[in-house]
Amino acid sequence: MFEGLQKIGETFFDPQIIAGVIPQLITVGLPNTLLLSVIATIIGIALGLVIATGLLASQRLVRFLCRGYVDLLRGLPHILTVYLIGQGLPLAGLSIFGKSTYAYAAFSIGLIESAYMAEIFRAGFQGVERGQVEAARTLGMTRWQAMLTIILPQGIRRVLPPLTGQFILVIKGTALVFLLGLTASQRDIFSIAQDNSINNANLSSLTAAGLLYLALTVPMTYAVAAWGARMQRGSQRGKVTA
Amino acid sequence: MMATATTDVSVRFEAISKSFGPVHVLKDVSASVPRGMTICIIGPSGSGKSTLLRCTNLLERPEHGKIFIDGDDITAPGVNIDKLRVRVGMVFQHFHLFSHLSVIENVALALQKVRKLPKAEAEARAAVQIAAIGLKGFEHRRSSDLSGGQQQRVAIARALAMEPDVMLFDEATSALDPELVKGVLAIMRDLAFAGMTMLVVTHEMRFAREVAGQVIFMDHGQIVETGAPAQMFDAPQTPRLKYFLEQVL
Ligand SMILES: Nc1ncnc2c1ncn2[C@@H]1O[C@H](COP(=O)(O)OP(=O)(O)OP(=O)(O)O)[C@@H](O)[C@H]1O
Ligand SMILES: [Mg+2]
Repeated sequence: MFEGLQKIGETFFDPQIIAGVIPQLITVGLPNTLLLSVIATIIGIALGLVIATGLLASQRLVRFLCRGYVDLLRGLPHILTVYLIGQGLPLAGLSIFGKSTYAYAAFSIGLIESAYMAEIFRAGFQGVERGQVEAARTLGMTRWQAMLTIILPQGIRRVLPPLTGQFILVIKGTALVFLLGLTASQRDIFSIAQDNSINNANLSSLTAAGLLYLALTVPMTYAVAAWGARMQRGSQRGKVTA
Repeated sequence: MMATATTDVSVRFEAISKSFGPVHVLKDVSASVPRGMTICIIGPSGSGKSTLLRCTNLLERPEHGKIFIDGDDITAPGVNIDKLRVRVGMVFQHFHLFSHLSVIENVALALQKVRKLPKAEAEARAAVQIAAIGLKGFEHRRSSDLSGGQQQRVAIARALAMEPDVMLFDEATSALDPELVKGVLAIMRDLAFAGMTMLVVTHEMRFAREVAGQVIFMDHGQIVETGAPAQMFDAPQTPRLKYFLEQVL
């Protein structure tokens, strides 16, 4: 009984191993995970905005292509996309980022995220009252002006909570970049923990990584929930009364 | 094709047809609106009144027929819709103010984006319009904090700020509480008497009788009867208009 517990403790919670890996997790892994998440999110937002506009376009072909893009990237296992894009682009001679594995890693995650972000933006934009867009058009504004001055500013407010929620998923999603083989200084939280666990033949470093991920994601999850609830109440107070 | 810029007809519909899928909403509608006249369109729900108005600024595109504004065929291929729309103002039943903007921003936005006025000048003009509809002091309120009647007046100011040749009103008072209707109708009446060309879809028969130069009665996508208000309301010619007036008066 006691031996069993001890074995569990040694496998997952070896204090020496945890103490040994934590400095590296925090000084190298954490900044890299956050940087990858931020870059991937920026790519995801930029591409997602374009795709969302396409999902709402009046031309059927544009809608069809953008829908295909979203379905494809949301339908594939992320690990497959990271492999195909992150490894595949340079292998296929499409070395758009030169030899920077880090850039391919961020790009492949950003591409996956853009599909999810496109759906978030589409829902947010569609929630904007159609009549307001028509009103803008009757004043002589172009589709594009209506997009920029009416839909975007109103849509962004609706979209911020789910977008932040998506950012939490990106943080976790960046763990997949270990597949691409990063250099020592480029490694994210998970890569460091994984290398360490292989070297020590012990899982405790992964436990430490897990705790670090939780320290990031759990408070953010609650903050997003509280934020969303507050926006909900705010928008009800602001309802139009005829 | 008529292209004379100086004509006393402001809007002319020439055999307009429009369907939504299998529903034939406008059937061969022809009418003209003399410059400076207010025409009221009445008719039962679903008769195509809104659709006719929405065709006038191409929010809907008719499948057949032509629409002329000041002699220009706006249904011709290649017409710049955005330029056209500046000439035609529209007021909706549910106001559709830009909910993230203040009153003055609502009125100034298109002056900046479409007329390309600098912000200060756009807001100065907007302030004049806002004062004209009796909402001086409300410039910096959020539009959603106003009453329905106030919102509709802002919507009218927003359209007028673009200095349109024609104004379209689609049941502008139907969504308002009864006590707020009067203020909006008063503005529309003043506008009509000031010589604006207006197409007004309305259920306010007293307004139509007092302000309209001509009344159009629509039913099932067709103009069934048209004439001066006194004649239409006191001596309707068709059984359908008679029946309709019995229902609403
Ligand atoms: N975008 C649309 N798609 C499909 N059908 C439509 C659309 N717009 C209008 N219709 C249909 O066209 C017909 C005429 O509608 P319209 O709104 O022009 O009538 P209306 O005379 O304005 O009625 P109301 O007094 O109820 O406003 C109705 O049967 C309506 O259901
Ligand atoms: Mg209608």
